Amino acid sequence: MKPTDIGAPDYFHKVVDCQWACPAHTPVPDYIRLIAAGRYSDAYMINWRSNVFPGILGRVCDRPCEPACRRGRVDKEPVAICRLKRVAADFKDDILDRLPPIPARKNGKRIACVGAGPASLTVARDLTAIGYHVTVFDNGKTPGGMMRSQIPKFRLPDSVIDEECDYIVSRGVETRLERWVSSLRDLLAEDWDAIFVGTGAPRGRDADIPGRQEAAANIHIGIDWLANVAFGHVTSIAKRVIVLGGGNTAMDCCRSARRLGGAEVKVVVRSGFEEMKASAWEKEDAMEEGIPIHNFLVPKEFTHVDGKLTGVSFEKVRAEYDDKGRRSLLPTGEPILLMECDTVLVAIGQENSFPWIERDIGVEFDKWGMPVLDQATLQSTLPKVFFGGDAALGPKNIITAVAQGHDAAISIDLFCRHKHLLDDRPSPLANLVSQKMGIHEWSYDNQVSEESRKKVPSKNLDKALRNIKLELELGYDLRMAYAEAERCLNCDIETIFTNKACIECDACVDICPTECITFTANGEENELRGRLKAPAKNHDQALYVADGLKTGRAMVKDENVCLHCGMCAERCPTGAWDMQKFFLKIPHAGTEVRKE
Amino acid sequence: MTYLAKPKLFRPDTPKNALGYTRRDYEGAISTLCAGCGHDSISAAIVQACFDLDVEPHRVAKLSGIGCSSKTPDYFLGNSHGFNSVHGRMPSVLTGAALANRDLIYLGVSGDGDSASIGIGQFAHAMRRGVNMTYIVENNGVYGLTKGQFSATADKGSKNKRGVVNSDSPIDLVALALQLGASYVARSFSGDKEQLIPLIKGALRHRGPSFIDVVSPCVTFNNHAGSTKSYDYVREHNDAVNRLDVILPRNEISTSYAPGSLRRIVQHDGSVLHLRKLAKDYDPTDRIGAMNHLQERHALGEVVTGLLYVDSSADDMHRHLNTVEKPLNQLGDAYLCPGNKALEGLNASLR
Ligand SMILES: Cc1cc2nc3c(=O)[nH]c(=O)nc-3n(C[C@H](O)[C@H](O)[C@H](O)COP(=O)(O)OP(=O)(O)OC[C@H]3O[C@@H](n4cnc5c(N)ncnc54)[C@H](O)[C@@H]3O)c2cc1C
Ligand SMILES: Cc1ncc(C[n+]2csc(CCOP(=O)(O)OP(=O)(O)O)c2C)c(N)n1
Ligand code: SF4
Ligand code: SF4
Ligand code: SF4
Ligand SMILES: [Mg+2]
Repeated sequence: MKPTDIGAPDYFHKVVDCQWACPAHTPVPDYIRLIAAGRYSDAYMINWRSNVFPGILGRVCDRPCEPACRRGRVDKEPVAICRLKRVAADFKDDILDRLPPIPARKNGKRIACVGAGPASLTVARDLTAIGYHVTVFDNGKTPGGMMRSQIPKFRLPDSVIDEECDYIVSRGVETRLERWVSSLRDLLAEDWDAIFVGTGAPRGRDADIPGRQEAAANIHIGIDWLANVAFGHVTSIAKRVIVLGGGNTAMDCCRSARRLGGAEVKVVVRSGFEEMKASAWEKEDAMEEGIPIHNFLVPKEFTHVDGKLTGVSFEKVRAEYDDKGRRSLLPTGEPILLMECDTVLVAIGQENSFPWIERDIGVEFDKWGMPVLDQATLQSTLPKVFFGGDAALGPKNIITAVAQGHDAAISIDLFCRHKHLLDDRPSPLANLVSQKMGIHEWSYDNQVSEESRKKVPSKNLDKALRNIKLELELGYDLRMAYAEAERCLNCDIETIFTNKACIECDACVDICPTECITFTANGEENELRGRLKAPAKNHDQALYVADGLKTGRAMVKDENVCLHCGMCAERCPTGAWDMQKFFLKIPHAGTEVRKE
Repeated sequence: MTYLAKPKLFRPDTPKNALGYTRRDYEGAISTLCAGCGHDSISAAIVQACFDLDVEPHRVAKLSGIGCSSKTPDYFLGNSHGFNSVHGRMPSVLTGAALANRDLIYLGVSGDGDSASIGIGQFAHAMRRGVNMTYIVENNGVYGLTKGQFSATADKGSKNKRGVVNSDSPIDLVALALQLGASYVARSFSGDKEQLIPLIKGALRHRGPSFIDVVSPCVTFNNHAGSTKSYDYVREHNDAVNRLDVILPRNEISTSYAPGSLRRIVQHDGSVLHLRKLAKDYDPTDRIGAMNHLQERHALGEVVTGLLYVDSSADDMHRHLNTVEKPLNQLGDAYLCPGNKALEGLNASLR
């Protein structure tokens, strides 16, 4: 293998598994260390710069970082990255004076953002901070988009949404709320320098089966129903409820129904339990609230008497996979199963819809009705119109909307300054700084905690089920937060090898608790992986290869399960190993291209 | 050294041996030796050898004298029996233990000072008595623990850290072991585990006195230019006569070698030593040939390594002395102390 180029910004970025997996590339270990040090406001600000909504995301993020977390590969469970973010938000001081100043002198450019969800708000935050005048349109009374209209209050209270939206809208952003934008043509005529479309994926898919029309009074589209619950238009539900669907919306529907009087709520999914779209923790939470999940059942008919829903009939299926691994659901031939109920909530998917965008103004759509975009710049076929969030890619999640908001803001800024959207795009800045403070002293706590993941304490469930507005989780207290923070392996403190200094004494090989390091003859990657001290079977994780040793062998380190404990560096008699902090600055709008 | 204990987090695919133990189960306390000390590598090699051989930790007794090298038994086999004797006295304490209980695997760990200086007499007698043990000398040419004075294995003409030249002749423990009747004799280098681990495995499975001289650089006091026990010097002058693989009876032999390039030696317990020849015409069963080769090469400044001599049919002290087979602690008081009558009978028989 070729010696590893550790100067390439992506090399160590990938080693920081959580940061790499986070769409906004939040420097996770950095803020976790600050939490351990009791510096909650600092931890909050690191998050705020990257992901804009730390308090919100600390409660409801889809957390792609956690399945990626290295700790999950050497321990039963990953670090509770998401809930530690909430700790930063819960225990911070007033941070208003830490927010970047909004330039008093504007640059004269006016940007319209349609929709006040996380994508638009991110664009607004990034651009107002560098002198743009941003106007946000939304049909709702308050900003927040689906964070406010969909996510139930027992998971995400309004106060948290208010606070974090306020950091943006009360600081120089113009909002035009309760304003439905009904024509992009008209908006374009208003002479904006650029327009950002962050209108989400607002339409819930319906279950088009017999009985749907007849029993319509007792059948609701999940996201419409959740919005009505969120805004207090719906305050109760019948006793027996069936929720159709296996995603997170279904989980929010069933748990909301439980709180509004649904005594017998069940979830029914077509797929198997394992393949359900909902996150594992959402399923767990629902089941803990006494909601059974029935799987491999395809709804066939809504049964009804005199216009009143009486139940749903299901066909039992099983999964079959073809040689390409594609699944099909085949009837088992068992008799049709009838489940009685009073109300059905249909949560089987979400779609995009752009009724307000005329099809003859230059914004092209593909055959699925999605806007045709440049994947990197999020620019549409009409140069001054950009898309982001669920409107760009279909329903995803908040953190993806934020990440795309940052990207779109960079594009809009470049566009307004007549720069090239790709060639002039700023790239991330990476640097490495030694953490050595003394012979066995590092600027980070390199002793690896052996504690298991801390469960977040909750309010009493009986009480919580009686009040839909009551936030269920209490969040970590400071003692638990510290213990959880200490579980982080500091994957951004990298092992750096200097071949010239190495005397090949094997001290690092012998001490490494997870057998990451091998000195051996170099070879072709696959073959080399097989003959390391511990075979490197995880091909998603890099091998760090260095040559130029006296014996002609190569140093090969499998990054996969390195604990970043620094023991290799402590054992090295010549300082050939050092622990250096990798810091990656992800550019936001206004960052200049690095001069080489 | 480091102060932290190794975290007990494992890679998901951590291998286990036939007893269900991981390699880490054969480790001991965290080492307090200098970072980069060759002795730590030898500890790691012992850990690996015991793991590979599915050794039950409670069946091992590790004994040592005094010195950095003699401290190492604390850093491996944390679940085995241990005895840290006085300086140079490991062989006699081990001999006594072996006489009392022949069921254990005896591992003696010593240094060049411990064995070639103060303990030379003890070393010699353990070898010539045929104590069934693995005797490892971690040879760095200095008294590491007492800050780097030349030991008796330091080569004449080699320099210490301050440039002082050693004027005394060296003792070659390998040559002595061969002469005194060790039935498994090897030399290796702490920086070459591929060679060292099989040599330790073969020794642990050998019946009779096995001796391994492991050149083990002292990074702090003897790893400079002018030393003949430094990493660089040993790497440059390492002259291996063969490469060993130890094949346990339960393992199938799958590798094939060109005819004439491989020597198979079956030990008393059925384990097979596979020796791949590196030096032409070197015969590891020819004791006198081995001694000659060693002297010739040493005169050229080479460090001869590998399995230098093995006698797979050797006997040990228990056979020589016709001792009782059962460990003393299993014989019971009445048997061990048969009383006055028996004593009188014995006395009478000698009158
Ligand atoms: C039930 C449910 C639960 C969810 N739970 C989570 C969760 O726990 N974690 C998570 O990360 N994500 C969750 N999501 C997904 C998440 O809410 C969205 O991915 C995210 O809000 C998308 O952000 P956005 O900025 O793209 O658009 P949105 O948040 O959808 O905001 C778009 C806004 O634009 C407004 N709008 C649309 N068209 C117009 C127009 N023509 N004129 C004016 N205004 C307009 C809409 O009313 C809305 O306010 C959930 C979604 C649902 C449905
Ligand atoms: C009876 C006695 N004499 C002298 C000493 C001092 N002493 C301690 S260790 C040592 C030499 C150890 O050398 P070696 O066996 O080579 O071990 P190393 O530290 O080099 O591994 C000496 C002379 C002692 N502890 N006891
Ligand atoms: S251990 Fe810490 S730094 Fe490493 S992936 Fe997990 S949260 Fe991120
Ligand atoms: S930091 Fe060094 S010793 Fe620790 S796990 Fe990683 S490679 Fe091994
Ligand atoms: S003094 Fe020498 S022998 Fe002793 S621990 Fe240090 S390096 Fe090893
Ligand atoms: Mg010594």
